[in-house]
Amino acid sequence: MSLESILPKGPLADKWTKHKNEINLVNPANKRNIDVIVVGTGLAGGSAAATLAELGYNVKTFCYQDSPRRAHSIAAQGGINAAKNYQGDGDSTYRLFYDTIKGGDYRSREENVYRLAEVSANIIDQCVAQGVPFAREYGGLLDNRSFGGVLVSRTFYAKGQTGQQLLLGAYSAMNRQINRGKIKSYNRHEMLDLVVVDGKARGIIARDLISGEIERHSAHAVVIATGGYGNVFFLSTNAMGSNVTAAWKIHKRGAHFANPCYTQIHPTCIPVSGDHQSKLTLMSESLRNDGRIWVPKKMEDAVAIREGKKKPTDLSEEERDYYLERRYPSFGNLVPRDVASRAAKERCDAGFGVNKTGEAVYLDFSSAIMRYGKEQAAIQHIENPSQDAIRELGEKVIENKYGNLFQMYEKIVDENPYKTPMMIYPAVHYTMGGIWVDYNLQTTIPGCYAAGEANFSDHGANRLGASALMQGLADGYFVLPYTIGDYLANDIRTGAISTDLPEFEAAEKNVRGQLEKLINNNGTKSVDHFHKRLGKIMWNKVGMARNEKGLTEAISEIKTLREEFYKEVRVPGEMNEMNPELEKAMRVADFLELGELFAKDALHRNESCGGHFREEYQTEEGEALRDDENFMYVAAWEYKGEPSDAVLHKEHLEYENIEVKTRSYK
Amino acid sequence: MKLTLKIWRQKNAASKGSMQTYPIDGIDGDMSFLEMLDVLNTELIEKGEEPVVFDHDCREGICGACSLQINGEPHGPDRLVTTCQLHMRKFNDGDTIVIEPFRAKAFPVIKDLMVDRSAFDRIQQAGGYISVNTSGNTIDANAIPIEKEDADEAFNAATCIGCGACVAACKNASAMLFTSAKVSQYALLPQGRVEATRRVLNMVEQMDKEGFGNCTNTGACEVECPKGISLENIARMNREYLSASLKG
Repeated sequence: MSLESILPKGPLADKWTKHKNEINLVNPANKRNIDVIVVGTGLAGGSAAATLAELGYNVKTFCYQDSPRRAHSIAAQGGINAAKNYQGDGDSTYRLFYDTIKGGDYRSREENVYRLAEVSANIIDQCVAQGVPFAREYGGLLDNRSFGGVLVSRTFYAKGQTGQQLLLGAYSAMNRQINRGKIKSYNRHEMLDLVVVDGKARGIIARDLISGEIERHSAHAVVIATGGYGNVFFLSTNAMGSNVTAAWKIHKRGAHFANPCYTQIHPTCIPVSGDHQSKLTLMSESLRNDGRIWVPKKMEDAVAIREGKKKPTDLSEEERDYYLERRYPSFGNLVPRDVASRAAKERCDAGFGVNKTGEAVYLDFSSAIMRYGKEQAAIQHIENPSQDAIRELGEKVIENKYGNLFQMYEKIVDENPYKTPMMIYPAVHYTMGGIWVDYNLQTTIPGCYAAGEANFSDHGANRLGASALMQGLADGYFVLPYTIGDYLANDIRTGAISTDLPEFEAAEKNVRGQLEKLINNNGTKSVDHFHKRLGKIMWNKVGMARNEKGLTEAISEIKTLREEFYKEVRVPGEMNEMNPELEKAMRVADFLELGELFAKDALHRNESCGGHFREEYQTEEGEALRDDENFMYVAAWEYKGEPSDAVLHKEHLEYENIEVKTRSYK
Repeated sequence: MKLTLKIWRQKNAASKGSMQTYPIDGIDGDMSFLEMLDVLNTELIEKGEEPVVFDHDCREGICGACSLQINGEPHGPDRLVTTCQLHMRKFNDGDTIVIEPFRAKAFPVIKDLMVDRSAFDRIQQAGGYISVNTSGNTIDANAIPIEKEDADEAFNAATCIGCGACVAACKNASAMLFTSAKVSQYALLPQGRVEATRRVLNMVEQMDKEGFGNCTNTGACEVECPKGISLENIARMNREYLSASLKG
């Protein structure tokens, strides 16, 4: 199978319009005879389902949660980018495009990224029309803030709950269609296989998680919008149930998996506190608008802090190393995530970490609190305010901006972040890699599409903050509903697809076989036992810094662990009942395969770019060193049985509208 | 910490449940309540017993999946948190903790501590939306200025996570706080006013159909709500409902 990315020709700014004008359409009467399955109901899946249903297709949605509203998009905090230029600070479609390509370290497609930037403004209009309550200024207009890797304010937000508000918007659009009977929503259902008939995706096998029943569902096209695979690390900011299963199943049926090694390690998460930990909590990047990151300048201060003999507030300005401001004067605390994460690791590895484990840095709001306090005192005409009064006024401003995040931090860590700096450390957050798709978001299986974080398309080797929400909604509201018509136009005479076809029977049998194998396995160890061990291998050898030796070891360790899993895992309960351990076992089984491909991809990419940092390839200053001559391509892996047998296909990237440079935020 | 857990076990919706006692040891104050249950479940699995089933997902207090009635209170003794954000440091060594599912006729038990809250989805489907097409051909986002106070209040109502604590806290198992939060969000915004009449009538009708009880202004819902959704929303919904009924 070759990679046909079907990128439109012509000037960059006209490509999307031209493409939309040229692709096939399905007339409204025919749409009524066409069924589409959407798996996953987060921003991408929820918005795609709503729009497809609105256009007239019959949609079935599937999610493992008890309601579409609980998809993990809900946890996105900081905001959503859009090139609206409401602030008049020089923003434009081109600038958002440029920032995204550069932020992705020149490893994404120009055409996709430009389209993303182009439709971004519409997303905001659309969401406001839906009643999404974005933050506003006193004049009644929308407010913006800044995110990492950019020099303008283009991020729209709803306090620290932007993802929640946008997801509830998509959910409400879905509800409208459910009420009209155009969407049938299957909650607490998990897709366990894709059904391919005559080379085309024609349905899925799903398990009803309440009854345990295995169901066949047919359709003319299948959309996978099931998010990323960060949970391969066990500890991540993903939800407990976030998984790679749907994406991995389509991979096994012929969809190429692209750039699995591109993972985003988010710089500002609450540090790990112990072995019992089940997940990590993000502190939004938006905090870097006002928070300054530092560690002690002197080793003895770092040691004293770790031993509890000194407090961060005991250190004067001169005794602190604001290392991001020092290393990157022009972007300062707002450098992109990969850069900020590596810089934190560098300081902690050098021995300057500030918590018991030595793996934490400070995120300090005291300067911002005093700055806002002074501003408020002036606005309120308070003459000669005391330091305490200024502090109090400033804390109110910070509370208004980030109140829920500060509360979340205090609940978890049991320290008041208004009074003492937050402690943060990088954690796995997002996966840029994913299912390979063409410009239409179609995978290498005709009729099977991938949207949102599940695909690989827009963020290259590193995603900029507030761009995941943008991409999810762009794919779901504005791209997929149109591009899918190009394929479905050939299906107007097909009629309903029967679930009695032998392909459905075979796929169902395959799923039953996997479930039975796990449930009847008489092992002694829990699923989590294996998941945690996999996570440790991934974090230590395929995490923030990778090298050839570690990756080679990881590949064989994961393979061994996978074999052990099938021998030793114990899954209690039955198949035909609510059985969360069985669900978990199925997901971890897929992670154990993906993990190996992930390490294989990282090993083959002999360069550093974005979130993929190979220790062998760095500049003297410790920055990522790309090899454009040999690696300016998308690595799309074809499934051939074992992950080690996966075959590499290359999609070479061409930059016609942007000059490829060394990424610098200095 | 050493604790005694009394947990509701129920095989499925059709069977009868009962309280079971489980001693547990080695619990750290930094663990979340659900991580404490993870420890119990790992022990149960290794002993060859069935683990306790409960709903959970994001574990950062935003998805609304986790529930649990802990010592008689939805999401436990702490305020403004969900169960996943409740930490064991809020308990003492030697405590007995009673863990039950959210109890309401409209929330049938699926298994153990997991309940069916799909009634909430059906209330939203009855009118919890603004009927605009998602095609993107709409007016500019800044075309309608909205007073900051209204936008903020709409946002506060919109932060409801749909966990059902309000229902579990209410002696009548009323879903008024949940329903009114959505009605309020749209009632406060000009975009939502257009369908306000139809929306409140349909949502309230569905709420009643699902078997939720009535509101008697006790205010337990507001106290237990992990997101601090205000009782004012119920008052606003009542006003909206009254005027909608008169327009009828």
